[in-house]
Amino acid sequence: MTDVTNAKILDLKGLLCPMPVVKMAKAIKEVEPGQTIEALATDPGVMADIPAWCRTTGNELVSLEKLDKQYRFVVRRTK
Amino acid sequence: MNASDLTAFPAESVMHVSSNGKAVKNKLSMVVFSGDMDKVMAALIIATGAAASGMEVTMFFTFWGLKVIEKPGQLTGKGWMGRMMGVMNRGGLDAIGPSRLNMGGMGRWMFKKMMKEKGVASLPEFYETAVDLGVKMMPCQMSLDVMEFDAKNFQANVTSPVGVATFLEEAAESKVTLFI
Repeated sequence: MTDVTNAKILDLKGLLCPMPVVKMAKAIKEVEPGQTIEALATDPGVMADIPAWCRTTGNELVSLEKLDKQYRFVVRRTK
Repeated sequence: MNASDLTAFPAESVMHVSSNGKAVKNKLSMVVFSGDMDKVMAALIIATGAAASGMEVTMFFTFWGLKVIEKPGQLTGKGWMGRMMGVMNRGGLDAIGPSRLNMGGMGRWMFKKMMKEKGVASLPEFYETAVDLGVKMMPCQMSLDVMEFDAKNFQANVTSPVGVATFLEEAAESKVTLFI
């Protein structure tokens, strides 16, 4: 478990493509570089899309895991 | 999945040069020719996704695509043929139907219902998101004239009408170009 004590919490449950990525793009602007966002989603598409979004935008994917029926991921703003 | 595997490939750093010698930007230029609900949905999802991924996005609306950027409930046309077309083919995102199985509007109603049940955003919501993210939308002057539309019937975010040279200038400096 990564330490994400000061993470901004983002609820993406119930949202489908492209909204998880759109909400991430908005949320990342609201935190400082170095800070993290911890998100919960229900769309299985995030397993592919969040890593792709991180590669495209250059933000760091700290973790990505499938829980029971949800997906939890942590992204750190790099710049 | 291990996070370090996923970040092993950084964003592309190679600089490309376009045909006119200008550097290619991290930009998406798209022609929206279709006024079909399903195809327009694809266009708006790609546009919002690209804008959310940090790309500059330009959408060029031509022919049936102009229906997408029309304010809802507008009656268009100047001559009798143009007016008839305006009545039969209302503009605005809520009036356009899918490319298949529309069946006089029933398909449109079904698609909307099915999308809503699954929690997919509606076309007007996608449009609003695109505007929010700064997607540039340009109407085609020539098809606007042919179809007897008026630029004053378009949504507020739409630029003044432009021609093919403007689109090509945008496309030439874009990494990704699409025709939908």
